[in-house]
Amino acid sequence: MGCGRVGARVAAEFDAEGHDVSVVDLQPDAFRLLPREFHGRMIVGNGVYQEVQREAGGEGADIFMALANGDNRNAMAAQVAKHLLGVPRVVARIFDPERAEVYRELGVEAVNPTVAVSNLVRQAALNPARP
Amino acid sequence: MYIVIVGGGQVGAQTARELVAFGHEVTVVERDAETVRALNAELGEIAIIGDGTEVSIQEEAGVNRADLIVATTGRDEANLAVAQVAKQRFGTPRVIARINFPKNEEIFRVVGVDIAVSATTAIMAQIEQALPSTPLIRLLELHGSPFELVEVVIGEDASTVGQAVRDLPLPAESLLTLVVHADGRPEVPTGETRLTAGAAVLAVTLPEHEAELRRGLTGGA
Repeated sequence: MGCGRVGARVAAEFDAEGHDVSVVDLQPDAFRLLPREFHGRMIVGNGVYQEVQREAGGEGADIFMALANGDNRNAMAAQVAKHLLGVPRVVARIFDPERAEVYRELGVEAVNPTVAVSNLVRQAALNPARP
Repeated sequence: MYIVIVGGGQVGAQTARELVAFGHEVTVVERDAETVRALNAELGEIAIIGDGTEVSIQEEAGVNRADLIVATTGRDEANLAVAQVAKQRFGTPRVIARINFPKNEEIFRVVGVDIAVSATTAIMAQIEQALPSTPLIRLLELHGSPFELVEVVIGEDASTVGQAVRDLPLPAESLLTLVVHADGRPEVPTGETRLTAGAAVLAVTLPEHEAELRRGLTGGA
Protein backbone atom coordinates (compact mmCIF):
# COMPACT_ATOMS: atom_id res chain seq x y z
CA MET A 1 0.00 0.00 0.00
CA GLY A 2 1.39 3.36 -1.09
CA CYS A 3 3.18 3.85 -4.39
CA GLY A 4 5.46 6.72 -3.48
CA ARG A 5 9.21 6.62 -3.97
CA VAL A 6 9.76 3.93 -1.35
CA GLY A 7 6.66 1.88 -2.23
CA ALA A 8 7.41 1.93 -5.95
CA ARG A 9 11.05 0.97 -5.40
CA VAL A 10 10.27 -1.91 -3.06
CA ALA A 11 7.53 -3.15 -5.41
CA ALA A 12 9.85 -3.03 -8.41
CA GLU A 13 12.59 -4.92 -6.54
CA PHE A 14 10.32 -7.73 -5.36
CA ASP A 15 8.80 -7.91 -8.85
CA ALA A 16 12.24 -8.12 -10.48
CA GLU A 17 13.13 -10.97 -8.11
CA GLY A 18 10.17 -12.91 -9.47
CA HIS A 19 7.64 -12.39 -6.65
CA ASP A 20 3.96 -11.81 -7.24
CA VAL A 21 3.34 -8.15 -6.31
CA SER A 22 0.19 -5.98 -6.08
CA VAL A 23 0.44 -2.24 -5.47
CA VAL A 24 -2.43 -0.16 -4.09
CA ASP A 25 -2.56 3.63 -4.15
CA LEU A 26 -5.26 6.27 -3.84
CA GLN A 27 -3.98 8.11 -6.92
CA PRO A 28 -3.83 6.45 -10.34
CA ASP A 29 -0.91 8.66 -11.42
CA ALA A 30 1.22 7.36 -8.53
CA PHE A 31 1.93 4.22 -10.58
CA ARG A 32 4.07 6.20 -13.01
CA LEU A 33 6.88 5.76 -10.46
CA LEU A 34 6.93 2.03 -11.27
CA PRO A 35 9.37 0.91 -13.97
CA ARG A 36 8.01 0.13 -17.43
CA GLU A 37 8.83 -3.57 -17.04
CA PHE A 38 6.78 -3.98 -13.81
CA HIS A 39 4.62 -7.14 -14.06
CA GLY A 40 2.52 -6.74 -10.93
CA ARG A 41 -1.04 -5.52 -10.47
CA MET A 42 -1.92 -1.89 -9.81
CA ILE A 43 -5.10 -1.17 -7.85
CA VAL A 44 -6.54 2.29 -7.28
CA GLY A 45 -8.22 2.50 -3.88
CA ASN A 46 -7.89 3.12 -0.18
CA GLY A 47 -5.67 0.33 1.10
CA VAL A 48 -6.86 0.81 4.67
CA TYR A 49 -10.14 -0.87 3.75
CA GLN A 50 -10.27 -4.63 3.88
CA GLU A 51 -12.26 -4.95 0.64
CA VAL A 52 -9.58 -3.03 -1.26
CA GLN A 53 -6.95 -5.29 0.29
CA ARG A 54 -8.98 -8.33 -0.77
CA GLU A 55 -9.33 -6.95 -4.30
CA ALA A 56 -5.55 -6.68 -4.39
CA GLY A 57 -5.29 -10.36 -3.50
CA GLY A 58 -4.28 -9.69 0.08
CA GLU A 59 -6.02 -12.75 1.44
CA GLY A 60 -3.38 -15.24 0.30
CA ALA A 61 -0.47 -12.83 0.61
CA ASP A 62 2.68 -13.73 2.52
CA ILE A 63 3.60 -10.12 3.27
CA PHE A 64 1.70 -6.83 3.46
CA MET A 65 3.63 -3.57 3.46
CA ALA A 66 2.08 -0.24 4.43
CA LEU A 67 4.24 2.52 2.93
CA ALA A 68 1.74 5.35 2.49
CA ASN A 69 2.10 8.77 4.04
CA GLY A 70 0.68 8.90 7.52
CA ASP A 71 1.69 6.75 10.46
CA ASN A 72 -1.86 6.10 11.57
CA ARG A 73 -3.01 5.03 8.11
CA ASN A 74 -0.09 2.64 7.80
CA ALA A 75 -0.64 1.19 11.26
CA MET A 76 -4.35 0.66 10.66
CA ALA A 77 -3.84 -0.88 7.22
CA ALA A 78 -1.19 -3.27 8.55
CA GLN A 79 -3.50 -4.41 11.34
CA VAL A 80 -6.41 -4.90 8.94
CA ALA A 81 -4.13 -7.13 6.82
CA LYS A 82 -2.92 -9.03 9.87
CA HIS A 83 -6.16 -9.50 11.78
CA LEU A 84 -8.89 -9.46 9.12
CA LEU A 85 -7.10 -11.02 6.15
CA GLY A 86 -4.71 -13.23 8.09
CA VAL A 87 -1.52 -12.02 6.39
CA PRO A 88 1.28 -13.61 8.44
CA ARG A 89 3.82 -10.80 8.11
CA VAL A 90 2.95 -7.13 8.07
CA VAL A 91 5.38 -4.22 7.77
CA ALA A 92 4.47 -0.57 8.33
CA ARG A 93 6.49 2.59 7.93
CA ILE A 94 5.97 4.62 11.11
CA PHE A 95 7.84 7.93 11.32
CA ASP A 96 7.11 8.56 15.02
CA PRO A 97 9.64 6.44 16.99
CA GLU A 98 7.37 6.13 20.04
CA ARG A 99 4.39 4.94 18.04
CA ALA A 100 6.65 2.57 16.08
CA GLU A 101 7.53 0.92 19.38
CA VAL A 102 3.84 0.65 20.36
CA TYR A 103 3.00 -1.12 17.09
CA ARG A 104 5.99 -3.44 17.38
CA GLU A 105 4.56 -4.60 20.69
CA LEU A 106 1.26 -5.20 18.90
CA GLY A 107 2.81 -7.48 16.30
CA VAL A 108 3.43 -5.04 13.45
CA GLU A 109 6.92 -4.95 11.97
CA ALA A 110 7.31 -1.19 12.29
CA VAL A 111 10.11 0.38 10.26
CA ASN A 112 11.12 3.75 11.61
CA PRO A 113 12.78 6.04 9.05
CA THR A 114 13.40 8.78 11.63
CA VAL A 115 15.80 6.67 13.65
CA ALA A 116 17.37 5.06 10.58
CA VAL A 117 18.00 8.35 8.80
CA SER A 118 19.26 10.04 11.98
CA ASN A 119 21.84 7.28 12.32
CA LEU A 120 22.91 7.64 8.68
CA VAL A 121 23.20 11.39 9.05
CA ARG A 122 25.33 11.00 12.19
CA GLN A 123 27.59 8.55 10.42
CA ALA A 124 27.94 10.83 7.42
CA ALA A 125 28.70 13.80 9.66
CA LEU A 126 31.26 12.04 11.84
CA ASN A 127 33.06 9.85 9.31
CA PRO A 128 35.22 11.49 6.66
CA ALA A 129 34.24 10.67 3.11
CA ARG A 130 35.85 7.49 1.85
CA PRO A 131 38.13 7.76 -1.17
CA MET B 1 -13.81 10.66 36.83
CA TYR B 2 -10.93 12.01 34.78
CA ILE B 3 -11.65 11.86 31.06
CA VAL B 4 -9.38 12.75 28.13
CA ILE B 5 -11.09 13.62 24.85
CA VAL B 6 -9.03 13.63 21.67
CA GLY B 7 -10.51 15.85 18.97
CA GLY B 8 -12.18 19.18 19.73
CA GLY B 9 -14.54 19.29 16.76
CA GLN B 10 -18.29 19.20 17.11
CA VAL B 11 -18.43 15.71 18.58
CA GLY B 12 -15.52 16.24 20.95
CA ALA B 13 -16.65 19.70 22.06
CA GLN B 14 -20.20 18.59 22.77
CA THR B 15 -18.99 15.54 24.67
CA ALA B 16 -16.71 17.83 26.70
CA ARG B 17 -19.56 20.27 27.47
CA GLU B 18 -21.80 17.52 28.78
CA LEU B 19 -19.08 15.87 30.87
CA VAL B 20 -18.02 19.20 32.37
CA ALA B 21 -21.68 19.93 33.15
CA PHE B 22 -21.84 16.60 35.02
CA GLY B 23 -18.87 17.69 37.10
CA HIS B 24 -16.19 15.48 35.57
CA GLU B 25 -12.61 16.54 35.09
CA VAL B 26 -11.97 16.79 31.37
CA THR B 27 -8.98 17.50 29.11
CA VAL B 28 -9.46 17.99 25.38
CA VAL B 29 -6.53 17.45 22.99
CA GLU B 30 -6.93 19.22 19.67
CA ARG B 31 -4.49 20.04 16.86
CA ASP B 32 -6.04 23.34 15.81
CA ALA B 33 -4.94 26.29 17.98
CA GLU B 34 -8.01 28.38 17.17
CA THR B 35 -10.37 25.57 18.23
CA VAL B 36 -8.39 25.17 21.46
CA ARG B 37 -8.69 28.90 22.20
CA ALA B 38 -12.46 28.81 21.64
CA LEU B 39 -12.90 25.77 23.91
CA ASN B 40 -10.81 27.32 26.67
CA ALA B 41 -12.78 30.55 26.44
CA GLU B 42 -16.04 28.64 26.78
CA LEU B 43 -15.22 25.92 29.31
CA GLY B 44 -12.21 27.18 31.26
CA GLU B 45 -8.68 25.96 30.68
CA ILE B 46 -9.48 22.41 29.62
CA ALA B 47 -8.00 22.11 26.11
CA ILE B 48 -4.40 21.67 24.99
CA ILE B 49 -2.89 21.90 21.51
CA GLY B 50 -1.35 18.75 20.10
CA ASP B 51 -1.64 15.52 18.16
CA GLY B 52 -3.45 13.15 20.51
CA THR B 53 -2.05 10.07 18.76
CA GLU B 54 1.43 10.90 20.08
CA VAL B 55 2.70 9.28 23.26
CA SER B 56 4.21 12.53 24.55
CA ILE B 57 0.98 14.50 24.07
CA GLN B 58 -1.07 11.80 25.77
CA GLU B 59 1.41 11.99 28.64
CA GLU B 60 1.02 15.76 28.80
CA ALA B 61 -2.77 15.33 28.84
CA GLY B 62 -2.46 13.01 31.84
CA VAL B 63 -3.74 9.89 30.09
CA ASN B 64 -1.77 7.84 32.63
CA ARG B 65 -4.32 8.78 35.31
CA ALA B 66 -7.40 8.92 33.05
CA ASP B 67 -10.34 6.64 33.78
CA LEU B 68 -11.50 6.94 30.21
CA ILE B 69 -10.22 8.22 26.88
CA VAL B 70 -12.60 9.17 24.08
CA ALA B 71 -11.30 9.48 20.50
CA THR B 72 -13.66 11.73 18.55
CA THR B 73 -11.76 12.95 15.50
CA GLY B 74 -13.14 12.72 11.97
CA ARG B 75 -10.36 10.33 10.97
CA ASP B 76 -10.83 6.69 11.89
CA GLU B 77 -7.12 5.85 11.60
CA ALA B 78 -6.33 8.59 14.13
CA ASN B 79 -9.04 7.37 16.50
CA LEU B 80 -7.66 3.85 16.33
CA ALA B 81 -4.14 5.13 17.06
CA VAL B 82 -5.39 7.19 20.03
CA ALA B 83 -7.05 4.10 21.46
CA GLN B 84 -4.12 1.76 20.90
CA VAL B 85 -1.47 4.17 22.23
CA ALA B 86 -3.57 4.85 25.35
CA LYS B 87 -4.14 1.16 26.05
CA GLN B 88 -0.64 -0.03 25.25
CA ARG B 89 1.37 2.82 26.84
CA PHE B 90 -0.85 4.00 29.67
CA GLY B 91 -3.11 1.02 30.35
CA THR B 92 -6.20 3.20 30.12
CA PRO B 93 -9.03 1.11 31.58
CA ARG B 94 -11.70 2.23 29.16
CA VAL B 95 -11.37 3.45 25.60
CA ILE B 96 -14.22 4.77 23.45
CA ALA B 97 -13.66 5.58 19.79
CA ARG B 98 -15.80 7.30 17.22
CA ILE B 99 -16.07 5.52 13.89
CA ASN B 100 -16.77 7.71 10.88
CA PHE B 101 -16.96 4.93 8.30
CA PRO B 102 -18.95 1.89 9.42
CA LYS B 103 -16.77 -0.41 7.29
CA ASN B 104 -13.96 0.24 9.78
CA GLU B 105 -15.92 -1.14 12.71
CA GLU B 106 -14.52 -4.65 12.49
CA ILE B 107 -10.86 -3.73 12.93
CA PHE B 108 -11.68 -1.56 15.97
CA ARG B 109 -13.45 -4.51 17.55
CA VAL B 110 -10.76 -7.02 16.67
CA VAL B 111 -7.88 -4.99 18.13
CA GLY B 112 -9.73 -4.47 21.39
CA VAL B 113 -11.15 -0.97 21.47
CA ASP B 114 -13.74 -1.26 24.24
CA ILE B 115 -16.54 0.60 22.54
CA ALA B 116 -16.67 1.85 18.98
CA VAL B 117 -19.55 4.15 18.21
CA SER B 118 -20.61 6.24 15.28
CA ALA B 119 -22.41 9.30 16.67
CA THR B 120 -22.31 11.82 19.49
CA THR B 121 -25.52 10.60 21.06
CA ALA B 122 -24.24 7.05 21.11
CA ILE B 123 -20.97 8.14 22.74
CA MET B 124 -22.92 9.97 25.41
CA ALA B 125 -25.16 6.97 26.01
CA GLN B 126 -22.12 4.75 26.56
CA ILE B 127 -20.54 7.24 28.94
CA GLU B 128 -23.78 7.60 30.84
CA GLN B 129 -24.10 3.86 31.24
CA ALA B 130 -20.56 3.79 32.59
CA LEU B 131 -21.25 6.55 35.10
CA PRO B 132 -24.04 5.89 37.60
CA SER B 133 -23.90 9.50 38.80
CA THR B 134 -25.18 10.99 35.55
CA PRO B 135 -28.82 12.00 35.51
CA LEU B 136 -30.05 10.10 32.43
CA ILE B 137 -29.51 6.39 32.03
CA ARG B 138 -30.70 4.37 29.06
CA LEU B 139 -32.39 1.26 30.40
CA LEU B 140 -33.42 -0.46 27.22
CA GLU B 141 -34.34 0.04 23.60
CA LEU B 142 -37.92 -0.98 22.92
CA HIS B 143 -37.92 -3.86 20.50
CA GLY B 144 -39.11 -3.01 16.98
CA SER B 145 -39.61 0.67 17.78
CA PRO B 146 -37.39 3.75 17.78
CA PHE B 147 -38.35 4.49 21.40
CA GLU B 148 -36.23 3.68 24.42
CA LEU B 149 -36.85 3.47 28.14
CA VAL B 150 -34.69 5.81 30.21
CA GLU B 151 -34.31 6.70 33.86
CA VAL B 152 -33.77 10.23 35.13
CA VAL B 153 -32.98 10.80 38.80
CA ILE B 154 -34.20 14.09 40.28
CA GLY B 155 -31.32 15.58 42.28
CA GLU B 156 -31.69 17.10 45.75
CA ASP B 157 -31.10 20.56 44.36
CA ALA B 158 -33.00 20.19 41.07
CA SER B 159 -35.12 23.28 40.40
CA THR B 160 -38.03 20.99 39.46
CA VAL B 161 -38.49 19.50 42.97
CA GLY B 162 -42.06 20.26 44.05
CA GLN B 163 -43.23 21.10 40.53
CA ALA B 164 -46.21 19.36 38.92
CA VAL B 165 -45.48 17.19 35.88
CA ARG B 166 -47.92 19.18 33.70
CA ASP B 167 -45.85 22.36 34.27
CA LEU B 168 -42.59 20.81 33.10
CA PRO B 169 -41.32 21.64 29.59
CA LEU B 170 -41.10 18.05 28.33
CA PRO B 171 -40.49 17.06 24.69
CA ALA B 172 -43.64 16.06 22.81
CA GLU B 173 -42.87 12.44 22.06
CA SER B 174 -41.86 11.52 25.59
CA LEU B 175 -44.04 9.71 28.08
CA LEU B 176 -43.42 9.49 31.82
CA THR B 177 -44.37 5.94 32.80
CA LEU B 178 -43.44 5.64 36.45
CA VAL B 179 -42.06 7.74 39.28
CA VAL B 180 -40.32 5.93 42.12
CA HIS B 181 -39.97 8.34 45.04
CA ALA B 182 -36.89 8.30 47.26
CA ASP B 183 -38.83 6.44 49.98
CA GLY B 184 -39.44 3.60 47.51
CA ARG B 185 -43.09 4.47 46.82
CA PRO B 186 -43.98 3.94 43.13
CA GLU B 187 -46.50 6.20 41.45
CA VAL B 188 -47.96 6.18 37.96
CA PRO B 189 -47.60 9.87 37.18
CA THR B 190 -50.45 12.13 36.10
CA GLY B 191 -50.26 15.85 35.34
CA GLU B 192 -50.80 16.52 39.05
CA THR B 193 -47.86 14.40 40.23
CA ARG B 194 -45.18 16.51 41.92
CA LEU B 195 -41.51 15.61 41.59
CA THR B 196 -39.67 14.87 44.83
CA ALA B 197 -35.96 15.02 45.61
CA GLY B 198 -34.24 11.74 44.86
CA ALA B 199 -37.13 10.37 42.80
CA ALA B 200 -36.35 8.17 39.81
CA VAL B 201 -38.48 8.92 36.77
CA LEU B 202 -38.86 6.19 34.16
CA ALA B 203 -39.78 7.58 30.76
CA VAL B 204 -40.18 6.44 27.18
CA THR B 205 -38.55 8.78 24.69
CA LEU B 206 -36.71 9.01 21.38
CA PRO B 207 -32.88 9.07 21.46
CA GLU B 208 -32.82 12.58 19.96
CA HIS B 209 -35.02 13.90 22.79
CA GLU B 210 -32.89 12.54 25.65
CA ALA B 211 -31.14 15.83 26.41
CA GLU B 212 -34.36 17.85 26.26
CA LEU B 213 -36.15 15.34 28.51
CA ARG B 214 -33.33 15.44 31.04
CA ARG B 215 -33.38 19.24 31.06
CA GLY B 216 -37.17 19.31 31.40
CA LEU B 217 -37.17 16.91 34.34
CA THR B 218 -34.18 18.30 36.22
CA GLY B 219 -34.21 21.95 35.18
CA GLY B 220 -30.49 21.48 34.43
CA ALA B 221 -28.55 23.00 31.55
